[in-house]
Amino acid sequence: MVGEEKRKKRLDRSIKVRTEGLYALSSWGEMAYLIMPRLVLILGLLFLPLILDMYWQRVLCSAGIYALLALGFDFLAEYVGLVCLGGAFFIGAGGYISGLLNAYLGWSPLLSIPIATIAGAVISTLILLPCLRLRGIYFAIVSFMFPLFSVYIIIALNVFGSTEGISALANLPNIWVEQYLILGAIILSLFALRRLVHEDIGVIFQSIKDNDQAVKASGINITVYKAKAVFIASLIGCFGGAYLSHLYGWLGLSLFAMDFSILPIAASVMGGMGSLVGPVLGAFILTPLSEALRGFGQLRVVLYCLILIGFMVYKPEGLMNYLERKYHQFEHWEKV
Amino acid sequence: MHDESILRVENIRKAFGGVQAVKDVSFSLSKGEILGVIGPNGSGKTTLVNLITGFVRADSGNVFFKKRNIIGIPPHKIVNFGLTRTFQIMRPYHSLSAFKNLIVPLNSPRVRRTRSGKLGDIDAVAIDMLEEVGFERDARVPYKAAGTLPLGYLKRLELARCIALRPDVIICDEIFSGLSMSEITSLIPFLEKLQMEGTTMMMIEHRLRELFKLANRLIVMNFGEKIAEGIPVEVIENQEVKEAYLGTATS
Repeated sequence: MVGEEKRKKRLDRSIKVRTEGLYALSSWGEMAYLIMPRLVLILGLLFLPLILDMYWQRVLCSAGIYALLALGFDFLAEYVGLVCLGGAFFIGAGGYISGLLNAYLGWSPLLSIPIATIAGAVISTLILLPCLRLRGIYFAIVSFMFPLFSVYIIIALNVFGSTEGISALANLPNIWVEQYLILGAIILSLFALRRLVHEDIGVIFQSIKDNDQAVKASGINITVYKAKAVFIASLIGCFGGAYLSHLYGWLGLSLFAMDFSILPIAASVMGGMGSLVGPVLGAFILTPLSEALRGFGQLRVVLYCLILIGFMVYKPEGLMNYLERKYHQFEHWEKV
Repeated sequence: MHDESILRVENIRKAFGGVQAVKDVSFSLSKGEILGVIGPNGSGKTTLVNLITGFVRADSGNVFFKKRNIIGIPPHKIVNFGLTRTFQIMRPYHSLSAFKNLIVPLNSPRVRRTRSGKLGDIDAVAIDMLEEVGFERDARVPYKAAGTLPLGYLKRLELARCIALRPDVIICDEIFSGLSMSEITSLIPFLEKLQMEGTTMMMIEHRLRELFKLANRLIVMNFGEKIAEGIPVEVIENQEVKEAYLGTATS
């Protein structure tokens, strides 16, 4: 082509300014480039309930709980450096508190869920507080222990319905409230966390992950900051638990089931650690998949393992990190 | 001199298993001076720093900072009193950009207390501070991830993280090691300026020639003990110091 020289240029090059999360936009096209993925995610989540039938709507609700747990897991592991396998404890704490408030005091779920979210997070943080000095695998092991240990305490003391659990808890008004409550919670916590990690407190969290001794040498009490991070993650997890007990109208020992600790990890690895969106995506893929394979019974666990191994070996960055990288590599023709 | 001392270490001891890493070391640091600490490898210099700053718990002994005994106080609190350190093995937050590395000290209780909410744009303050220690003020360097920076910058970053706290005492653990001559010569005026502004410094060093330009006083360590103390020219003439560095005359 004579007179009209063109060259390929990456879309993101022209809008990135020096540092992460700061852009210079000069056209609607560029703005759309940034907004589109976020819009697709939000609208996609919000439209999902409209196209599903009754059965899959219930699946969506439980997938949402796993998505919240995965989000919290990813935040703690990648942005604070705490690999927390205590997801089931968050669910159990939130679920039991909310369920008990409803069963014994007759509080409506609209009151018991928020209270259980906060109270559960406070309890989870206090219980994990002595372990926050531990790093890496040691913290992971100790956090994994808490849900198991809670189960035996409940059985041994014969409280809270013991092995039977308590049934006939109040449900949420209808299936639409149930779905949009959890989807709203996911969108809210996702965008809140994405904002948080670039704030000063998020920078301190990241520094603790990179080098905790240096953070101490800068005069900051790392235990306090780790506790804040655990509190944030357990708020998200305990909301999931409180919601779960009212979703099923039942509370029992299976709220402390190992699934709640393990599946979020699989979801995070599959979706892409450190992207925050990825784990949510992973949970929304893995939970329906496991539902569809219900006929295989316990063999489903083998499938999880295969997926986990497959992703770790062949796509260690995970789905979302891969897609994000490809998205930023989109090129367009520009006149020279 | 003792009335003026800002930091006083008394008979501090530490053993790791059977190894007596620091043995009854005592010295004091006067306000505004630069004290050099030298000694062969493994003589306990870094352990001494760790003991003073609370990163390692001392077996016995006392450390007085501004007349307060700081033994047993956790390191992050000691830093907030105004006693800071750099690390011999640099510890940048490698995934964060250089200026974001300074967000951490700028959020410490010590800085928050003094700025009392009117610091303005904290990122701009961080970039100013990097310029102060010799980062180019351009569109790239301060925004690069710390993990990708060359050694010279990392040492400056390490120093900048201390300066950000506006400390009374800085303990520099081998800030010159691994740097080229030109990098060192550009760092020296900065350290001199810090001293003029009233910052007291304790410098652990192996680069003796550069240290002698700066230090007002020296202490020499060998096998965990303080073997000499005095002004630089005297200390290097000391027989015991020569033996520690070069071996005994008979061998």
